[in-house]
Amino acid sequence: MRKLLILLFCLLPTFSYAGEAKDLAADPVLEKRMIGLAEKLRCLVCQNESLASSHAELAEDLRREVREQMAQGKSDKEIIDYLVARYGDFVLYEPPMKSYTLLLWFGPFALLLIGAGVLVFQLRKRRKTVQESELTPEAQQRAAALLDEEDNK
Amino acid sequence: MMRFILPLVIFLVLAAFLYVGLGLNPREVPSPLINKPAPAFSLPQLKDPAKQFSPEEMKGKVWLLNVWSSWCVSCREEHPILMSLARQNIVPIYGLDYKDKKEDAETWLRNGGDPYTLSVMDRDGRIGIDYGVYGVPETYVIDKQGVIRYKEIGPVTSQNLSEKILPLVAELQRK
Repeated sequence: MRKLLILLFCLLPTFSYAGEAKDLAADPVLEKRMIGLAEKLRCLVCQNESLASSHAELAEDLRREVREQMAQGKSDKEIIDYLVARYGDFVLYEPPMKSYTLLLWFGPFALLLIGAGVLVFQLRKRRKTVQESELTPEAQQRAAALLDEEDNK
Repeated sequence: MMRFILPLVIFLVLAAFLYVGLGLNPREVPSPLINKPAPAFSLPQLKDPAKQFSPEEMKGKVWLLNVWSSWCVSCREEHPILMSLARQNIVPIYGLDYKDKKEDAETWLRNGGDPYTLSVMDRDGRIGIDYGVYGVPETYVIDKQGVIRYKEIGPVTSQNLSEKILPLVAELQRK
């Protein structure tokens, strides 16, 4: 009896198999496109997550919305415009170039330039102040004499 | 002298930026819908689903659209304030019952009181998306021309009611 049980258990793995997880969307190509777009969008509920990775209910609704609009044949740009009109530029992970985002886009470069300018200015100033003072002829003779003395020892 | 002043100035500028940053609420995202016409909809009313309500009907009146839900915790916080506002008869409050079950919503209004002239049901949250709702409760002040003039994200408190919402309502009603 026991042997039979063991034999049956040994057979178990042959009958158990895991199927591959089924794609949730009917159209895997569209789903891929949706995820691609949603990765560039911010979820408003959990602000450090993208729309693609968030489990917030709103994110699910917005993914549904994006999916539906894609199925209707809308372009990525149209869908982004749709979301920006409702939630503002905040939904975009990459903020658009506008008058009030100039500081955001170019501020770091401006700081870098200022830093480089200060560095160059300081280096020049230092070269001027630390210039080697020239020896007078007498001092030079004395130095040479001292060095000779050292050599002769 | 310069050697001390420059770092001090840089420190003060940084400190000022950080201080302002501390006071900002990152959860409050400015709505692009301010000063834009309130998105149109036609939704079944909670109390009588056979009837529809649309913001069109409110032309000529200043009104509040309050997004609420029976599952929303902060709605509990603002509810008494909405109740007392409704009793004062200053401005009509219309409710958008966001992603809620009809029975739950009705129970909630029966237990806590109903401050709304009427509520409509946004079952799947589509109208919520049109209004840029991302954190219930949210309250919109809509003027006589049907333009959104203000949006409060999060619960209405006696503070933001007396400082922002009511003065704005009074101003819009005079126009």
